[in-house]
Amino acid sequence: MFRYIVRRLLQMVLTFFGATFIVYALMFANQDDPLQALAGERPLTQNVRQALTERYHLNDPFLVQYWYYMKGLLTGDFGTSLTGRRIGDMMTQAWPVTIRLALIAIVIAATVAVVAGVISGIRRGSLFDNVTLVITLIILSLPIIVLAPLCQLIFGIKLGWFPPTAGAHPSFWALVLPALVLGSLVIATELRVTRASVAENLRSDYVRTARAKGLSRNRVIGVHVLRNSLIPVVTLIGVDIGGLMSGAIVTEGVFNIPGVGFNLFRGIRTEDGPLVVGFVSILVIVFLVVNLLVDLLYAALDPRIRYE
Amino acid sequence: MTDIKAEIDVLPGLDPHAPLLEVNNLHVEFRTQYGVARAVNGANFRLAPGETLAILGESGCGKSVTAQAIMGILDSPPGFVTQGEVKYRGTDLLKLPENQRRKMRANHIAMIFQDALSALNPVFTVGYQLGELFRKHRGMSRADAKKRSIELLDQVKIPAAKARIGDYPHQFSGGMRQRVMIAMALALDPEVLIADEPTTALDVTVQAQIMGLLAELQQQRNMGLILITHDMGVVADVADRISVMYAGKVVEEAGVYDIYSRPAHPYAKALLESIPRLDMKGQQLNVIRGLPPALTAIPQGCAFNPRCAYAQDVCRQDPPPPPYAVAPGRTARCHFWRDVIGE
Repeated sequence: MFRYIVRRLLQMVLTFFGATFIVYALMFANQDDPLQALAGERPLTQNVRQALTERYHLNDPFLVQYWYYMKGLLTGDFGTSLTGRRIGDMMTQAWPVTIRLALIAIVIAATVAVVAGVISGIRRGSLFDNVTLVITLIILSLPIIVLAPLCQLIFGIKLGWFPPTAGAHPSFWALVLPALVLGSLVIATELRVTRASVAENLRSDYVRTARAKGLSRNRVIGVHVLRNSLIPVVTLIGVDIGGLMSGAIVTEGVFNIPGVGFNLFRGIRTEDGPLVVGFVSILVIVFLVVNLLVDLLYAALDPRIRYE
Repeated sequence: MTDIKAEIDVLPGLDPHAPLLEVNNLHVEFRTQYGVARAVNGANFRLAPGETLAILGESGCGKSVTAQAIMGILDSPPGFVTQGEVKYRGTDLLKLPENQRRKMRANHIAMIFQDALSALNPVFTVGYQLGELFRKHRGMSRADAKKRSIELLDQVKIPAAKARIGDYPHQFSGGMRQRVMIAMALALDPEVLIADEPTTALDVTVQAQIMGLLAELQQQRNMGLILITHDMGVVADVADRISVMYAGKVVEEAGVYDIYSRPAHPYAKALLESIPRLDMKGQQLNVIRGLPPALTAIPQGCAFNPRCAYAQDVCRQDPPPPPYAVAPGRTARCHFWRDVIGE
C-alpha cells in the first residue's frame, strides 16, 4: 500500500511537469507582444521595454523561460496576470468559490442519483424507473450552454426562486441554482450506474444467501446489496468532483460566479498566458490528487482490491 | 426481538410430534417471456430428524428450485409456487406471512449453497456475516456475536478461527469457504439443513472432508439433512433415502440400499448404469440417450417416455403414472416398475 502510494506520487510529479510544460508551450507559441498587452494602450519607451524584457526574461530561450516560471511556481509565486494583479491573490479568491460550487453540485447530484438509482434498480420496469429514464435522457441531451441560461431565465428571472446571478461573494442560496445546472452534467451517468449496479447485485448469489439467513428485506437491500452496489458509484462520484471543478467554465460564466472557470475563460479570451498556466497547473494537481484518492477509496471499499 | 426461536416455537399449529418436514405435491413454475417453465410438478417427500435424504437428478430437473421453494427464497417473480404444501412440524410454511416465514429460515431450516465464493458477500468479513445472524436473530451484542462466531468456526474445524474471523471470503480456500458456509447455516441450530450441491465446486479430497464434516455435525445435532446432488458416489456414502427427480417430479423414492441394488424406475436404473465402474473397464459406458425435456414443453404422460426403453403407449398418454407403492416407504412413478425391478 505504502509503496503503491509512493509510486503514484512519483508518477504525479512526472504528469504535473508534463502537463504544465505543454500548457506553457502553448501559451508561449500564442504570445505576440506580451509587454504591449501589459501596457495596454500606452506607448512603451525603449528603456522601459528593455527593463521589462529583462525582468520577465523575454529574450531568453523557451526552456529557460519555462525554468524561471517553474521556479516561481514551485516556490509558491504564480507571477502576475497581464491585468497587473497577483495571480496568487486571484487564486485565493477563485478557488474557495469553485470548491463550494462543485461540492454543492456533487452533493445534490449524488444524493438524487443514488436514491433514484437504487429505487430504479429495485423496481426495474416500473413507472418510476421509466420516468427517471426519460428525465435523465432529456437532461443528458441538453447541453449545459442551453440548460444554464434556460434555468437562469425560468427559475432566476421569471419565477424568481433563486438570484439570477451570484456576484463576487455569493451566498449559499445564490450557488444552488448554478450547482443544480452543474450537477446535471453528472447526475444522469451516476443514476444509471447506480441502477445497473443495484440490479446486478440483486441477482447475485450472496443475496440469496442473505435471504436464506432470514434477514429482513430492508437489511438485505440496505446493507448487503447497497454496500456492494455503491463501490462503482462512489468512485464515479470521486472522479466527477474533479471534473466539476474544471467543468464549471460555462456555468460560472452564465451565473457570473468569480471562480476558477470564470477566470480561466477570461484568461483564454484575453490571451493572459500566466493566468491560464497558473490556474491550469493547480487544476492538474487537483485532478491528480482526486484520482489518487479515488483509487485509494476503491481499495478501502472493496476488500478484494489490494495495491502493493 | 431478542429470541426469535422461542417466539416461533409457540407459533400456533406447530406440533412437536408431527413429521419434521413434509413436502406434498409441490408445484413451482417460472413465468418468463418465453412461456411458463414448470420446474417442479408435484414433488413429494418427507424428512425425519437425523435422517439424510438425497435428492438426485440431472441439471435442470428441479432439485434446486424445490430447495428454494422450501426455504421460501425463490426469485419471485418469475418463480411462483402454484400448488402444494411444505409442512414443518405440521405447519404449512407456504401459508405463513412473510415476516413469520422469514424467521423460520436459519432458525429452523437452513441452507448451504454450491459455490461458497459467490454465496458469501465479498465486502464483509466472515465474522460480520456470521455475527449478523446472532445479532439480528438473537439480539446479541457485537462482542458476544463475535465470540459465538469464533466458536462456530472452531466447530467446523477452521484452523486459527480467532485469527481468521476478520478475514474476507476471498482470503479463504475453497474448502475453508464451504466450512464457513456450513458454520453460517448451523449458527442458529436449525432442525433441517438443505445442502444444495455442497461439494460440486470442490476437488475430491476436500469433497470427502466436507461430507465427513456434514455427517458428523448432523449426528451431533440430530438434524434432518436434505442433500441435493447429481453425484451418485456422494449419495451412496451418506444418504439414508433417495428421491430421484426427473422433470420436476420425484420418480422414485426409496432407501439407499434398495435403490442401488434394485432400482424400480427406468430413469433411476439408467442413472446407476451410467456410473463408470472399474470392473467394466474397456467396455462401452451406458449413457441415457437424449436430453431432459425443456421445462416449457414437458411430454404428455410420463416425462421420461421419449428416453425410456420400457415405454409403451400407456406411458405416452396422460395421466402420468402415479407414485406406485413398491414397498412400504418406497414409491416409483412407473407403470412397469415390476418389470424394471424384476430383471
